[in-house]
Amino acid sequence: MSKLNLDQNLIDSSRNAAKSIAENVQNFIDDHTTISTERTVARLLGVDDVDEIDKPLPNVLIDNIIEGGGLEQGAAYWIGNAIVQTGGTPQRIAEKISKGEIDITHLSAAKEEKIQDTIFEMAEETVDKIKQNRNKRSQLIETLGEGKKPYIYVIVATGNIYEDIVQAQAAARQGADIIAVIRTTGQSLLDYVPYGATTEGFGGTYATQENFRLMRRALDEVGEEIGRYIRLCNYCSGLCMPEIAAMGALERLDMMLNDALYGILFRDINMQRTLVDQYFSRVINGYAGIIINTGEDNYLTTDDAVEAAHTVLASQFINEQFALKAGIPEEQMGLGHAFEMDPSLENGFLYELAQAQMAREIFPNAPLKYMPPTKYMTGNIFMGHIQDALFNMVSIMTGQGIQLLGMLTEAIHTPHLHDRYLSIENAQYIFNNARNLGDEIRFKEGGIIQNRAALVLENAEKLLNQIAREGLFPTIEQGKFGGVKRSRTGGKGLDGVVKKAEGYFNPFIQLMVGGGR
Amino acid sequence: MTEIAKVDLTKVKPYGDTLNDGMVQVSFTLPVPYGNEAAEAARSLAKKMGLEEPSVVYSKDLGVGYTYFILYGKCIHTVDYSKIEVPKVDVDVMKKEGVEEYIKTHIKRDVIIVGACTGTDAHTVGIDAIMNMKGYAGHFGLERYEGIDAYNLGSQVPNEELVAKAIELNADAILVSQVVTQKDVHIPNLTQLVELLEAEGIRDRVILSCGGPRISHELAKELGYDAGFGTGSFAEDVASFTVTEMVKRKLVFN
Repeated sequence: MSKLNLDQNLIDSSRNAAKSIAENVQNFIDDHTTISTERTVARLLGVDDVDEIDKPLPNVLIDNIIEGGGLEQGAAYWIGNAIVQTGGTPQRIAEKISKGEIDITHLSAAKEEKIQDTIFEMAEETVDKIKQNRNKRSQLIETLGEGKKPYIYVIVATGNIYEDIVQAQAAARQGADIIAVIRTTGQSLLDYVPYGATTEGFGGTYATQENFRLMRRALDEVGEEIGRYIRLCNYCSGLCMPEIAAMGALERLDMMLNDALYGILFRDINMQRTLVDQYFSRVINGYAGIIINTGEDNYLTTDDAVEAAHTVLASQFINEQFALKAGIPEEQMGLGHAFEMDPSLENGFLYELAQAQMAREIFPNAPLKYMPPTKYMTGNIFMGHIQDALFNMVSIMTGQGIQLLGMLTEAIHTPHLHDRYLSIENAQYIFNNARNLGDEIRFKEGGIIQNRAALVLENAEKLLNQIAREGLFPTIEQGKFGGVKRSRTGGKGLDGVVKKAEGYFNPFIQLMVGGGR
Repeated sequence: MTEIAKVDLTKVKPYGDTLNDGMVQVSFTLPVPYGNEAAEAARSLAKKMGLEEPSVVYSKDLGVGYTYFILYGKCIHTVDYSKIEVPKVDVDVMKKEGVEEYIKTHIKRDVIIVGACTGTDAHTVGIDAIMNMKGYAGHFGLERYEGIDAYNLGSQVPNEELVAKAIELNADAILVSQVVTQKDVHIPNLTQLVELLEAEGIRDRVILSCGGPRISHELAKELGYDAGFGTGSFAEDVASFTVTEMVKRKLVFN
């Protein structure tokens, strides 16, 4: 039931334009692979651990393939061939490479059919394990129950996974539904995933598979205790996007920050690299039942929330289409937006309400991810607490899905234990007190709210059609998103992108896209 | 009717609703379970902080055997306000138009300013507020200044790259923003930039400033910067300092 009276023709036109944008890029994606994509294949085939200088074995293996000039064939081909030729497991093969005992591209070549059969058999086992994780999640949610939407999402960021666990369990007992472990600053630019449990990080904790496992166990424990399934979130972004997705799928994470454009705009990662990486990462997330969170909210930290509102909507449409391409259902699309209007703006709350309701109506099945005020948080914690309250109010009035709680101490430090408690209390009070307010109200026809939403949609539709004509790459080069300009060949990680050769195959994409849900 | 007491600036203490009542509000968490003992522990701690008659007005079990407190107390300490000295960026801040006029009259060419958020820091909100066209809170950024060529290199820029860009553009000034300061990551990073500039032999030829919510002018000077800009600084503060310093240090014709 629409409150905004949005023009359905404009919505359809926007969606069609976004679809053609995504299709264009998908052609590029389908022709290319990256080192991180191939490391992910290695991980999913069971390669883990590090060598004596702490270099992860997936990197050791893929680097060996690159040295032999074989990345274009894909890791699956080379690993499959090595299994057939040596009889070892992928892990064993990686270990042998690290000891210099074999050179993976110099083994004699087995029959392609044999290689494929071998690999697919192994890949199916992994895919089945991921499927079991997905089933286990559904089962736990069914038996334990879960929080009401909007889910209360808080972060922990101590740098030490064991300290994070204390904070995460406390937050769950206080009412949090989702715990996100913030990554250490700079991890997105590492072209490898660190290994093992970690206790040192800056402003966050390293995303490692062991850290995922430890936190998962801790949240399952506390979930059992309080009778509510607690979701775990991490960051599937940066140069190792698909590897993190694989680790998350194996350790039953529930949610991942996973934006198609974020790395390009805000981490200056090469656009070709990111777009290829985001595809495989989303295929994995989609299959694993992981809700992705897109990063449109970030545009409003570098651009203005009123002037740039249509870029957020345009990006949501594009993210939706990329997600559909990767087999992610709408129910797993946590499309992002943010409460970032200047508090001094007259009727700013009305504009915000309009934009949040607009996202709700245009993406009715998506668990929208709503980000709190950050740009205009000043260090005045008392005012900040009120800004967060208004943010919570908009959320409950417009049926948002994932509420990334604002902290009164935003702009001062990563949250202290009691900051989190105060934020949860704020959200619970407002959500409970105004639970059905949205159902009770209608917006005035042709009023400020309806007009605001109409204008944003109109501008987004124009922008999307312009992008569809010009292409996504040139649009980013012109700085249309977040006011950030990036060149097609600039940024980090371009050297990790190669064109696929004849005979390339990635068994996981074949098995996961639309398969066996 | 009694007269209101006069403030003695040599003995200043917090004000609640009566001069020299010393009223202070504090909140903190203690890693002990909720209960009377916890409240007593909080009161004892407040006394050690120099708060008389501390009163726990609220406490809450945080769920992991820890307790949160909100307390009030009367501070026993005083400070001598008349002796306080704070190092400040020593410049008469001009408005945008003033800076533009100053460049026309005193510099007579475009001023080149390169800025970045360096190291692992990905938070560009500070550098954007100072440099980008739009600026912040109604204060236009340097990009909009006539007579200033502003280059915002964005986030996570390695110091080496920033220095290389400054050399390439023959920059008059370098601005560095550091927002992430957990565990003092910004200190070695800021220090390294100074060392690089010295190694390249161009430290004396540029006006070097840093900024961020935890940056003070004092800290900046200590690290070898010409100025530090904290919260509440706008483009005109940075611009005024940069252009007047250029003239003062006779860097106009380099």
